[in-house]
Amino acid sequence: MSQYQVKPGPEAFLPPSAASMGIVLPDPGECHIEGRIAPEEEGYEYAARKLLGAKVPTLFPGPLVLWKWNEKAAKKAAAIRALSEAIPARLIPMADYRPKYPKIDPEAEINPNHPNLTIWHNKIDVCIFIGVHCHQANLALKIIRGGTDCFTMAMCAQAGHEDACLSFRDIGVESIMKLMDAVNKLKKEGVKSQAVPFKQISMNRKGRVD
Amino acid sequence: MSKEKITLCEDLADIMPPEYHELVATATYGKEDRGWKDIGNSKELIEQHSLCAGCPESIAFRYILASLPNPEDTVFVGSTGCTSLVFPHVAVQNIHSLFGNQNAIASGLKRTLKCRFPDVEKDVVVLAGDGATVDIGLDMTMQSWFRQEKFTTICFDNELYANTGGQESGLMQKGFVAKMAPAGKTFDKVRLPEIAREAGCHYVALLTVSKPNRVERAIRNAVYIARELGPTYVQLYTPCILEIGKQSMEGLDEMKDAESIGGRFVMKEYMTDEAKKMIEDREAEEKAKRKAAKGKKPVSA
Ligand SMILES: Cc1ncc(C[n+]2csc(CCOP(=O)(O)OP(=O)(O)O)c2C)c(N)n1
Ligand code: SF4
Repeated sequence: MSQYQVKPGPEAFLPPSAASMGIVLPDPGECHIEGRIAPEEEGYEYAARKLLGAKVPTLFPGPLVLWKWNEKAAKKAAAIRALSEAIPARLIPMADYRPKYPKIDPEAEINPNHPNLTIWHNKIDVCIFIGVHCHQANLALKIIRGGTDCFTMAMCAQAGHEDACLSFRDIGVESIMKLMDAVNKLKKEGVKSQAVPFKQISMNRKGRVD
Repeated sequence: MSKEKITLCEDLADIMPPEYHELVATATYGKEDRGWKDIGNSKELIEQHSLCAGCPESIAFRYILASLPNPEDTVFVGSTGCTSLVFPHVAVQNIHSLFGNQNAIASGLKRTLKCRFPDVEKDVVVLAGDGATVDIGLDMTMQSWFRQEKFTTICFDNELYANTGGQESGLMQKGFVAKMAPAGKTFDKVRLPEIAREAGCHYVALLTVSKPNRVERAIRNAVYIARELGPTYVQLYTPCILEIGKQSMEGLDEMKDAESIGGRFVMKEYMTDEAKKMIEDREAEEKAKRKAAKGKKPVSA
């Protein structure tokens, strides 16, 4: 049997879970790239290249890094902001997991129950999930692989995600910094960001701030 | 209690949609005297819901959420049914349990929270339909009462299994014919409030949700008593308007009729002497606090 690869979709309305196709989670110090287990360092470079090569690279921070549960969460948030500026990449929050359809503003939010709306609307071709609880990330990653051609990555603080095209595990602030270093290194070597120009959406209690 | 728990990380705050800013700025988290009167003035802990328009369960949710004394440190345990459709919209921690298992899950949860956070008062509140509470989960419901588990059980009594199309439930009244129970019920509505009392609940209330102040009082009593003494039970009549053939606006009238003199849901409340004393002491304390606060108010010119 040929090795299944966790490639960007669209795979099918109901793609098989990658785990059921034989994909296993990486061990500590490793990542998986399209299902192939690789050293974590290789993953950082691979991810950095993907992000720089994308037209609409996007970071999806979840509740674990959006809300200030503790100082660690605040540090992760600061690192994510720095990473988004280094790439540069859009920041679109997955603020909670309520099924907000059809009220969701797909330009400004993503929701695990219909993440494809945000991917389609913004034409996102490469994304990273970070700070999203595992079960919601699994759900969203599978839906994205099913209905879009977006390359998904997971920066997971637990054991990683088979259903992402690339998954890190055990991430912390240092891991986000390492990814940022990899982006900066490639940029120094002459790799240019292919991102289409954009303006980060900014909001307060009243709505969007220009 | 502290609002700190719901602040946003500064570095990502500006990408958050307005409703989350509003939640941090004007929700009633951390406000000791929060209650139903905040509805409409403060950011509510539930705004949208996915129930039928006008469903009394949605009214109950709103009042319960406004009445929780300590939402930051409360965990709801839900069960499958119409109520479970609402939990994803609620700004309070919640766990969904397998149908009927809610009181078993809540027992473990309450004990675990006690060990994990010995210095923090964590309230556990079960919220389930009558099918889950009285039929399929009756064993778990009653065992938790026998064991004197310190949490509140709230049952949304709509007198049938609404979410699956209208099957007969223990709380259905005798003779009622539902869409999926065409033969009509042959035995009486189970008297769970009385059973709760006999099974060791320290506080039991049976009421409709037509009057927010009553619901608030019942919920607060139930939560406070459960914290200190043991299990409490609140049964709320929340008729399924879809099943009894009412329009969206008619749920409230149905509840008002049901609680008027001679009605099936005239409010009933029971508490043990110990619980009564506790509530009286608490009320006296609150009154004294309010009086003191009034006295401190600067006199305006
Ligand atoms: C273990 C299990 N058995 C049966 C079901 C099917 N089921 C889903 S909702 C429901 C009825 C819920 O009735 P009730 O608890 O009265 O809540 P309501 O929908 O009336 O609010 C049933 C039987 C289930 N989900 N899980
Ligand atoms: S089916 Fe009945 S109980 Fe369920 S949401 Fe609709 S009106 Fe409410």
